Amino acid sequence: MIQLKWLPRGIVLGLLIFAIFGPLANLALWAFAEQWYYPHKLPLTYGFRFWHQVFKPRGDAIESLYTSVTIALFTVAACLAIALPAGYALARLRLPFRAVIMLAFLLPQAFPSLAVYINIARLFYGMGMNGTITGVVLVHTVHGLVFAVWITTAAFAAIDRDLELAARSVGASALRAFMNVTLPLAAPGIMASAVFVFLESLDEFTGTFFVGVPDVITLPLLMFTASIAGNYQIAAITALILLVPSIAFMLFVERFLKADVMAKVGA
Amino acid sequence: MVLALFVYPLCYSLVTAFTDKAGAWTLGNFSRAFEFYGKDIGFTVVIILLSTALIGTAAIAIGGYLTLGESPLAVGVLRWIYRWPLFIPFVVAAQCMRTFLAKNGIMNNSLVTLGILTPEQTVGFLDWRGIVITFVWKQLPFVALLVAGAMAALDRTTIEAARNLGAGRLRILIEIVVPQVMPTLMVGLILSFVTMMSVLSVPIMVSGESPTMITVDMAFRINNYGDYGTANALGFISYALTGVAAWIYLKRGIAEGGRP
Repeated sequence: MIQLKWLPRGIVLGLLIFAIFGPLANLALWAFAEQWYYPHKLPLTYGFRFWHQVFKPRGDAIESLYTSVTIALFTVAACLAIALPAGYALARLRLPFRAVIMLAFLLPQAFPSLAVYINIARLFYGMGMNGTITGVVLVHTVHGLVFAVWITTAAFAAIDRDLELAARSVGASALRAFMNVTLPLAAPGIMASAVFVFLESLDEFTGTFFVGVPDVITLPLLMFTASIAGNYQIAAITALILLVPSIAFMLFVERFLKADVMAKVGA
Repeated sequence: MVLALFVYPLCYSLVTAFTDKAGAWTLGNFSRAFEFYGKDIGFTVVIILLSTALIGTAAIAIGGYLTLGESPLAVGVLRWIYRWPLFIPFVVAAQCMRTFLAKNGIMNNSLVTLGILTPEQTVGFLDWRGIVITFVWKQLPFVALLVAGAMAALDRTTIEAARNLGAGRLRILIEIVVPQVMPTLMVGLILSFVTMMSVLSVPIMVSGESPTMITVDMAFRINNYGDYGTANALGFISYALTGVAAWIYLKRGIAEGGRP
């Protein structure tokens, strides 16, 4: 009886598992396949030959990884430099047009961005900023700001105001209360927003595709080029490098973003 | 900063869409866009609407099972697996699907091995179906996460009351739970709609053939002809489509008492 009851559930869950993990497993197979052609259902030989090719010193992938991480770190720095003061002000002060300010940061997400990127690329071209790291960082920053500002605002808003006031009343200056009380308490939320922005920048494709050409080649662009050229092994290995941080963040996101902060995002 | 790097290019694109190369106001860009890419515009609308509908339905199903499911084991397994593609970039998802859905990809091979299909019956899914599948695979976890969160925050007493009165789980889901999470669901779907509207990599990588999505046409127009007028006209059409979606959403919100 019990087995019968479990059958439909088992089938649905099984199909779902296949649908979710099938494509990922496929990617992993390609990354380690040295020879794989029709009509063989699985790779003929496995090995690390293509890994050596990807990771050889001064190879394209290492250089792209370095470019990607540099861009992502600068983007995080730029976003936090804006989001920390903005988030604190939005959470604590009574600002006029607060809703408008919050919405302004959402704008880049509310319009199809591709049509905007092509025009940014054209403007940057006139300024000689196409194909520069600075240009790409600027584009990524605008895109990432909404997460940075909204999450830091929520993180600051979730802190009990009395704790700051208590610090002030025992004689701490406003700056000291902020540095020693508010900032450490908001740290998990700020970390979450930083990781979010980092990942967004690392994975960004469309903006880099238009603004970064021809000199800035990030990992997603490298992967795209390899895939279009039919180098499935190279593409799969690069994709795996990009997958690791995404999946790690997915598994740990709840540890960073506590429910009380989560509930205040966008409010 | 948002103003300088977003609103200005946005206005710039609007102006470019309505002017010709000499700078005079014209609708020529739009007639060219419709003439060359009319089919692609329709194709884009169909693909995105279909994906959005599938995502919405599946998100309700997943959220509903997580909220109302009675078997702790099945709920636990579902909760653990459904989020995996959440932060996976579109390029990576496209690369996965490019090999997974191919005529001789893993999906067909598995079905053949299981004896469900014969090798002669296999077809590649690398066309519009592939794009829809990739979009749903990538965006479903995001919407499902929002919906499941909203459902978990609901007041359980109404659910229990309905259950005591003998309502089935499906009926509880459709008549009690879904109406209450509708605002969250709509926000998730609209954000997905906008995201899918500006993805370039998936249509290029998953489906190489015509008709394709207008994002590909925009990139093609610029990289091959430097034709910003037509590209921006297509861009304007993509804003307009998003605007219609947002307008329907806001109108619904007003109809329900002014709370979007």
